Amino acid sequence: MADTTVLLEFVEKLKAEDSAWVNDFKDARGEVTITVPRQSIVDVCWILKTKYGFDMLADLCGADLGPEEDPRFEVNYHLFSTKHYNRLRLKVLLSEDEPNVPTVVTVWKTANWHERETFDLFGVIFDGHPDLRRILLPSDFDGHALRKDYPLRGYEPYSLT
Amino acid sequence: MSVAIENIPSQFEVLDQSLESQMTLSMGPQHPSTHGVLRLELQLDGEMVIKTVPDIGYLHTGMEKLFEYKKYQQGIVITDRMDYLNPLGNNLAYVMAAEKLLDLEIPERAQVIRVMTCELQRIASHMVWLGTHALDIGAMSVFFYCFRQREKILNLIEACSGGRMTPSYYRIGGLMMDLPAGFERRVKQFLDDFPAAMEMLETLVSGNTIWQSRTKGIGIITAEEAIDWGLTGPCLRGSGVDLDLRRDNPYSGYEAYDFDIPVEPDGDVWARFRVRMRELYESYKIVHQTLERLKPGPIKADAPKVVLPDRDDMRKHMDSLIHHFLIVAEGFDVPEGEVYIPIEASKGELGVYMKSNGGPKPDRVHFRGPSFVNLSALPVMCEGEMIADVVAIIGSLDIVLGEIDR
Repeated sequence: MADTTVLLEFVEKLKAEDSAWVNDFKDARGEVTITVPRQSIVDVCWILKTKYGFDMLADLCGADLGPEEDPRFEVNYHLFSTKHYNRLRLKVLLSEDEPNVPTVVTVWKTANWHERETFDLFGVIFDGHPDLRRILLPSDFDGHALRKDYPLRGYEPYSLT
Repeated sequence: MSVAIENIPSQFEVLDQSLESQMTLSMGPQHPSTHGVLRLELQLDGEMVIKTVPDIGYLHTGMEKLFEYKKYQQGIVITDRMDYLNPLGNNLAYVMAAEKLLDLEIPERAQVIRVMTCELQRIASHMVWLGTHALDIGAMSVFFYCFRQREKILNLIEACSGGRMTPSYYRIGGLMMDLPAGFERRVKQFLDDFPAAMEMLETLVSGNTIWQSRTKGIGIITAEEAIDWGLTGPCLRGSGVDLDLRRDNPYSGYEAYDFDIPVEPDGDVWARFRVRMRELYESYKIVHQTLERLKPGPIKADAPKVVLPDRDDMRKHMDSLIHHFLIVAEGFDVPEGEVYIPIEASKGELGVYMKSNGGPKPDRVHFRGPSFVNLSALPVMCEGEMIADVVAIIGSLDIVLGEIDR
């Protein structure tokens, strides 16, 4: 397994910046996951980008834990540095009643399409996003297809015509 | 190609000030130079592009949803259909994610064969890129020479996996089967002919003044912008950023190979073209090295509950038969957890986020397609360019819509 001491240093540095920024962190399989409260995700991303060299957002994806769970949704930010080649995962947990999270388009422009995709497939709303509309599914699509309670074949009866 | 849209659908944000010379042009989804079913909403002033809005999703088939309903070993087949020019790269990212969750050790021979077939696939993918890119710009004959080389590689892949376009050659814990007899000789034959073919392509395309004037200084993106937009692979290296995951986050034993990483500083179509052409030589070097490292040995990990047993064992041993039945009928349980596996596919960083809740089916599989992210930067590159150059820029990004829409 890969060595994670460098990554854990970043967690300590983040805690030193503001102890409210790190709700929880996990070190598993050589990857470090930091759970960040939703209101401070933009600040954390900005500090990590400008101060600690995580200049690229490699991926942003949502996940549904299931309709009976609370918090129900999670949004994963996979950060990457083109300088020291480390990777870090930030995680924001969201409830079903209020699936809102501030956008990080202001930090990395690449978040634009990733956030649109997550909105399209999970219904997570990114507050402040410049152009939040569906990207993969048609604009009149009903529901959010990657939610666990969305049936595999959709709500409409299956038909080839 | 040119159809003026009078009633623009409300979801497209369009600039307000409509001069006499401005128009909105819908390019695609059936336009041949959009490499599939990409639609671009172009705001034009005369022939100059003011604004580009890509419209994707025409090929969306809900693959990420489908993964959640299929067992881990069934998911490998779905990955072939994403980036259909680089299916082995997709297979590799997917099986590596599952292997990391299962904590499997992959034998040396399987690793070497994976690297060899992946690099061959990269050459094939770049050949399609070069052929179609040249076709878009107007050089017809390059296409045929490129596809001749690609055909040789597809024959090699067919020999080892049985499939040309959809190999599904890798399995969680190793490979589907060992290389067929005489495969190394056939790879050597291909490698012997390859430098001459590359030299011909170089003289056919690179030295061509029309080609140079169509590509130099077109579609520029700076290094800072490229990183900000998340570009990876040849598009990023074409902007002067020295980054290759095969060297920087090595996987599958890439750290043991000796290869260079081509970087071009200009950030235009020509730079991206040069990076890919030079990359072809590096892949050629790596395949050469894999042939030297290929030693006899096992091709499957020692994990009887995950890896299918040999047919011969099944006839002799009761437990092999039981394991085979259980793996096929019920699948295997994968420990809880989440991983993100990035690999350097032919188009850039291909990331797989895989989450398991235990049990034989993944809870969530997300593919970070390099084409998806690279395409999102298209509006930046197209701004202020001529409409004919948009075609050249799309070609230089090397997008595959199967991966973008998933």
